[in-house]
Amino acid sequence: MANKNKKKNRLIFRVIVLIVLAAATVFALYSTLTKDDQEVIQEGDQAPNFQLKTVNMEQETMSLGELEGKGVMLNFWGTWCPPCKKEMPYMQELYPEYKEKGVEIVAVSLDDSRLVIEDFLNEYGLTFPILHDKTYQVNDAYGVGYLPATFFINEDGEVVKKVVGGLTLDKLEGHLKEIVPES
Amino acid sequence: MNKIKCECGHINPEGTVLCESCGKPVEQNQHIDGNKHNKLLNMRYDGSARRSQTYNKSFVDKIWNFFSSVKVGVWLIAITLLASSLGTIFPQEMNNQSSLPADEYYEVNYGLAGKIYYQLGFHDLYGSWWYMLLIASIGISLVICSIDRVVPLYRALKKQKPVRHESFLKRQRVFGEAEHVTDEEKETLLKQLKERRFKVMEQDGHLLAEKGRFSRWGPYVNHIGLIIFLIGALLRFVPAMYVDEQLWVREGETEVIPGTEGEYYIKNEDFFVEMYDENDERYKEAIQKEGGSVPKNYQTNAVLYQRTDDSLPGAQPELEKVKEGSIQVNRPLKIDGFALYQTTYQLNEFKSMSFKLHEKDDPNEESLGEITVDLIDPKQEYKLDNGYRVVLDKYYPEFKMENGEPITESKYPRNPALVFNIYTPENPNDPEVSMLGVGFNIDPSESNDYKLGITNVEMRDVTGLTITKDLTLPILGIGGFIFMIGVIQGMYWNHRRIWVQPRENGLWIAGHTNKNWYGLKRDIQQVIAGTNIPEPNDQLERKE
Repeated sequence: MANKNKKKNRLIFRVIVLIVLAAATVFALYSTLTKDDQEVIQEGDQAPNFQLKTVNMEQETMSLGELEGKGVMLNFWGTWCPPCKKEMPYMQELYPEYKEKGVEIVAVSLDDSRLVIEDFLNEYGLTFPILHDKTYQVNDAYGVGYLPATFFINEDGEVVKKVVGGLTLDKLEGHLKEIVPES
Repeated sequence: MNKIKCECGHINPEGTVLCESCGKPVEQNQHIDGNKHNKLLNMRYDGSARRSQTYNKSFVDKIWNFFSSVKVGVWLIAITLLASSLGTIFPQEMNNQSSLPADEYYEVNYGLAGKIYYQLGFHDLYGSWWYMLLIASIGISLVICSIDRVVPLYRALKKQKPVRHESFLKRQRVFGEAEHVTDEEKETLLKQLKERRFKVMEQDGHLLAEKGRFSRWGPYVNHIGLIIFLIGALLRFVPAMYVDEQLWVREGETEVIPGTEGEYYIKNEDFFVEMYDENDERYKEAIQKEGGSVPKNYQTNAVLYQRTDDSLPGAQPELEKVKEGSIQVNRPLKIDGFALYQTTYQLNEFKSMSFKLHEKDDPNEESLGEITVDLIDPKQEYKLDNGYRVVLDKYYPEFKMENGEPITESKYPRNPALVFNIYTPENPNDPEVSMLGVGFNIDPSESNDYKLGITNVEMRDVTGLTITKDLTLPILGIGGFIFMIGVIQGMYWNHRRIWVQPRENGLWIAGHTNKNWYGLKRDIQQVIAGTNIPEPNDQLERKE
């Protein structure tokens, strides 16, 4: 009987030690593999709120929180970035239609100079809200590395789709459809 | 489980090589320590039963026994060493300083070897899952090997009795026989053992004299230190424990310090590089030898701010100045566990340009007014006296012509170009266009009456800082310290034992030590001094 107990205790001891060691290993592996994505907003994450100065709106600042209940396409771009420039007309083309449907397009410029942004939106005739993230704080909050980067956020504030790189008109429209609010 | 009962009456666990109590070799287990054919006993772990070599039943036991093998541990270390050295053949991805992505970089620079290197994953070796798995396996092996050896060894040393089996004594490396020994001589022996600071146990005239047993725990203390060290290394993955970030700050600008969750901000008041004075007698020769100027100091004068409100990212924060100081190479500015190090810099970025307006054919170029354009965030319109007005129509921070179109390559003012519209009192609605940049001043219409000329260019420097925070250092320190204690404990003390067994008229004497046999023999010499007991033989020496 004592023998049996001893054996059982030994098994329990071994299992506990192995579980602790396995947990440490899993933690190390998981941390290594997700190291690069740790500070990056992924699909399925809640979009962090922010507040930025506007470029082409009457109100001086705009926050993501203001758009609660709407689908939001959040686009990070810069005037020096060719694929960013390429997708802007597509966004403009679809903007009026999707605004009706409850989707807001918000483009966050990472330029230093406001003048350059203003020039750009006059040249391209952009009417959707352009925000100015001069200090890169919002860029960092979303962990954006390459431009353009686009987050499609549904009415609950969840990132449904994240696209790094340029979008075609078709793809853009497809993703916009995904975030049209239900009601 | 089959216990092994020794003829001395002691019951040993299965797998015992030498009886825990009397040391008699357990016949069927001599193969475990390989002393079947040897005259001398292998005293490894005092012949205790290492669990790894006994039970092998359930799945858990199998895993346990795999890691419990020292052989496996040595292989793991060997494989890790090999892999680590392979990782140094070509630069690691994070250090290669190339704009090429990894899948092109290695092939372009190192050809086929580079391609294979990349495809096998050696480009990011120290962050790869299998390398981590190797390190983790070494850690697991360390823990399990230690547990499986320290427990039985402790048990065996605790249970040992002065009365030992004949064959145990005979098969010790140091062994001697004395035919005739008087009681006085035995007394002297006992007294001298105690004088040599042996702890002596007596049982029916049998003696066990022991010292330095504590040395046997050295390797395990050492392993505990290593495990603490590994835990410290593991905690580096926790962002609150470990930060290592880069930051560029232009002179005059304030940036949020990465890794601080937007709590701290830094303003770069001034950055400068100082050189050694070439006319200084002390350095003259060395500087000439070096063939140019030699930098003496890289320094950022910085002000640190703390955010006092709870605003959202992007919103203008309320800041309070908390610290001011200089950052020099290896002399970081510290705040709240964060250290800001000077790591790099960029000199002479354009900050602003000043222009003066004058009539094109005026030989004296008499100024009609001056404007200064901030090249980071320029203003659009500049009003001059007498009804002149200059409007900045286009601005290209890093100007380049591409397919006949002016574009900017980045947002940084490295090669600024500006297009101005000049409104004059004569033509208030019909501006003249003028394009200026570094090294050119173009009148596209070739019919301008006015001209803008560059009068001044202001430059500024950009400082590159590294932000670090490492709360794992104390843990690594403690681990390293315990590691060293274990090393010292195991290296500078010896575990020595002397057994004395009474025979008809004389006695047998045997000795064992885990290292330094010379020391043990000297101990024995001094213990038997003044008696007729002959000095025991080193049975290993005699063989040679």
